[in-house]
Amino acid sequence: MYYRIPEINYIYAMSLDEALELVEKLDDYRLLAGGTDLIIDMKIGRAKPKNVVDISRISDLKFIKDEGNYVRIGSLVTLQELVESPIIRGKAPVLSMAANEMASWQIRNMATVGGNLCNASPAADSAPPLMVLNAKLVLASKKGEREIPITQFFKGPRKTELRKDELLKEIVIPYEEGSGQYYIKLGRRNAFTLSVVSVAALVKVDDNRFSDVRIALNSVAPTPVRSRSVEGALKNKEVTYEAIKKASKEVLKDISPISDVRASAEYRREMSVALTKDALIGALKQLGIEVRGE
Amino acid sequence: MKIPIHFILNGEEVSVEVEPNELLLNLLREKLGLTGPKYVCGIGECGACTVLLDGEPVLSCLTLAVDVDGHEVTTIEGLAKDNELTAVQKAFIEEAAVQCGYCTPGFIIMIDKLLKENPNPTEEEIREYIRGNLCRCTGYVNIVKAALKAAEELRKNTSLIKIKK
Repeated sequence: MYYRIPEINYIYAMSLDEALELVEKLDDYRLLAGGTDLIIDMKIGRAKPKNVVDISRISDLKFIKDEGNYVRIGSLVTLQELVESPIIRGKAPVLSMAANEMASWQIRNMATVGGNLCNASPAADSAPPLMVLNAKLVLASKKGEREIPITQFFKGPRKTELRKDELLKEIVIPYEEGSGQYYIKLGRRNAFTLSVVSVAALVKVDDNRFSDVRIALNSVAPTPVRSRSVEGALKNKEVTYEAIKKASKEVLKDISPISDVRASAEYRREMSVALTKDALIGALKQLGIEVRGE
Repeated sequence: MKIPIHFILNGEEVSVEVEPNELLLNLLREKLGLTGPKYVCGIGECGACTVLLDGEPVLSCLTLAVDVDGHEVTTIEGLAKDNELTAVQKAFIEEAAVQCGYCTPGFIIMIDKLLKENPNPTEEEIREYIRGNLCRCTGYVNIVKAALKAAEELRKNTSLIKIKK
């Protein structure tokens, strides 16, 4: 049943310039990077593009660069390359943790971080970590480049800020020195599963007070979301279990989960609160701060 | 539209014409007669079609055949050398890690690769790395046993070589 894909008009680009020229010219197209979403979508009939533009060979988009205050990631970097990168482990550990829990070894060798973002699934697991890292996305077209915060990238399920003539070139992550980062994914089973909800947290603590708090979740809204309510409730507050527990309930103001085959909306709401609390405690632990309660 | 591609398959050069919508799995099974990689789910969830692309495990049911042009592909048929089964293959036989056999090529490719990267994996690490492979006879216990046994055999062999030197 899913042995083949339908006939396609196949075009490949060897450079970013070639790809940009193609996407400017073509109307009905989809980009092929790792293929782990697009090939499946073509098999099950969710995607029926007239043209498939294969960008998987563009070596200019395969890099992880440490530039001191920034880490730059080319959009064609695979999830496994993220897992294995000492730069990511050292400077963006929350992204490393998330990538490590994504899919299977085989899929991680194929799937790209750019593809995970551009496919814009509400359950995209690379989104919450990049959101708490305040990552910026560089979108390129023949007209030039623009840089937008990742929080402005997702417009709805499978909808992004990308114009038809644009593609995602790279991800820029500011290095958050002195931050504690943590990621928790809850699925229907332990591994190789879509998120019921996953939570990324980043905290900075100064004089036993939260000087910076960032929380992002997926699978509980039409797009991955930041929880500004939790962040606001903890900013400048003293680090205590009670404060964290109370603030975690604020996450409900920022999410709008639905019931689907994976979980009910009610369960997702409960787990969003519980995992926000656990992710905050986990992030503090990375800073050597133990918070206990109950 | 036929596209000519050239690649290394199990150590030998192959030149073949493929359709743009032909998947690596279609090419291997139909044109090249290698039925080791299996078609099961077709949507990347079961791992039965796993092959090595430039030494890394990937799913041939989600890979376009044109994209292996210039690369190296290894299937289960390419693991054994000189009519001698690999340590992982022998361990699968000895531990009876095969029931219906459909998932076996995928598991053997994954465990072979895992042991090259990590010669002394824990049971947990083995299970972690084969999480993308499903066995619907649910013979996981023996599969993990076989992986541990193969790891032990391989470590023994490498230490023997070291002593000889």
